[in-house]
Amino acid sequence: MIVIENISKQFGKLKVLDNVSVTCDVSKCIALIGPNGSGKTTLIKSVLGMVVPDSGNIIFNRKNIQNDWQYREQIGYMPQIGRYPDNMTIGQVIDMMKDIRHNSSGFDESLIEAFSLKEMYNKRMRTLSGGTRQKVSASLAFLFDPKVLILDEPTAGLDPVSSEILKEKIFTEINKGKLVLITSHILSELDDLVSEVVYMQDGKLLFHKSIELLHKDTGENKLSKAIARVMTNSIV
Amino acid sequence: MKKIIKYVITDILRNRIVLAYTACLLAISFSVFSLEDNSTKGLLSLLNIILIIVPLISIIFSAIYIYNSAEFIELLVSQPLKRKAIWISLFIGLSTSLSIAFLIGIGLPVCIYEFSVTGIMMIVIGLFLTIVFIGIAMLAALQTRDKAKGIGITILLWLYFSLLFDGLVLFLLFQFADYPLEKMMVGISALNPIDLGRILILLKMDVSALMGYTGAIFKNFFGTTAGMSVSFVILLLWIYIPVQISLRKFNKMDL
Repeated sequence: MIVIENISKQFGKLKVLDNVSVTCDVSKCIALIGPNGSGKTTLIKSVLGMVVPDSGNIIFNRKNIQNDWQYREQIGYMPQIGRYPDNMTIGQVIDMMKDIRHNSSGFDESLIEAFSLKEMYNKRMRTLSGGTRQKVSASLAFLFDPKVLILDEPTAGLDPVSSEILKEKIFTEINKGKLVLITSHILSELDDLVSEVVYMQDGKLLFHKSIELLHKDTGENKLSKAIARVMTNSIV
Repeated sequence: MKKIIKYVITDILRNRIVLAYTACLLAISFSVFSLEDNSTKGLLSLLNIILIIVPLISIIFSAIYIYNSAEFIELLVSQPLKRKAIWISLFIGLSTSLSIAFLIGIGLPVCIYEFSVTGIMMIVIGLFLTIVFIGIAMLAALQTRDKAKGIGITILLWLYFSLLFDGLVLFLLFQFADYPLEKMMVGISALNPIDLGRILILLKMDVSALMGYTGAIFKNFFGTTAGMSVSFVILLLWIYIPVQISLRKFNKMDL
């Protein structure tokens, strides 16, 4: 569904993405793993068209995303740090997004209810804690029932109850046959979700393999241990 | 696109600076008109407000607004919206709200006290300057991510257009006083929208006699319909070119 072909991106002198190619198919949950600053967020932002790569192509549903914008109707994006207009309330932000982004099949408000955001609808965005912001971001990402979900550190800053709710939600969406791209440093919680792992380091893609293969290659049954082994022994 | 414009305008109205700006302009214009028994004199005093205050407020307010909307822009860019639509909506939203503020603050009193060709010309020029400087501010705000630096740039640009440019022109005129520069001055004035506006209004006020021989040349050029049309086309270009350049830059920007 998403084919990333040889994209490179440079910020000043720093090469953030170096000739990265990934193919993502439907009804997979792909984990993007790598140390801080390895280019995961930049890769995600390139798929969303927020970052324009210096070279290479990104094909979404057999269409090049360059100069295209309609493909984003099929993507729900949850940013790492949700930034929202300070003087708008939660309700206004959600209503605005609904207004801007029509959805014929109705809205999926299950997360708004699960996080009980409705009671906080007239809180202004600037007064929110990091966790509540994350809840708003998550609700917005799932609101339009998109075919592809891109979640950047979804559970960072969430309390255990909320993070469990979110994981539950991600799980049901994967079972519905959606493509989920997820980055996280908390590997233990990815264990039961992920079907493929993409490992990045210094802007380069080191490997992209299914989780079974990874377990087999490293001889570890837990993703966290498998990745730790990769990082120390650099088995690729 | 209409929806984004709607959100931009409600957002601008919610932070009450534009309302304060309107009230200020209203207070200034009513006091100017009631101080002078001759409303043409009042118009002349208002001219300075239009040529100095209006560009200053437009350029600084727009630049700050663009910087403060960074989050809003980031949110919209990840949605199924054209980048072009987002940027143009910001431009139209800013232009509409500041133009309405200007129309109420200056346009209304001028229409009440001095509804004449000169008055209308002043309103039109004021509107043009408002929009021209919004475009320039949007271009300047894209040059750097540093808010303080960006606002500094807009203030320098305003200083350049309202003071430095005239100084440079005077300097040129004195240095080359022996040469016939009068015709060239017509061309040079096109390089500054504020100067262009000033000339267009002054010629309508019939004080061009005070400007000597250069004034006569100006009258010969700008006084004709063709000259006027050319100057309005130039003002339109002053809107179009900065907005177009900023649009190109915004399309390629990383967020």
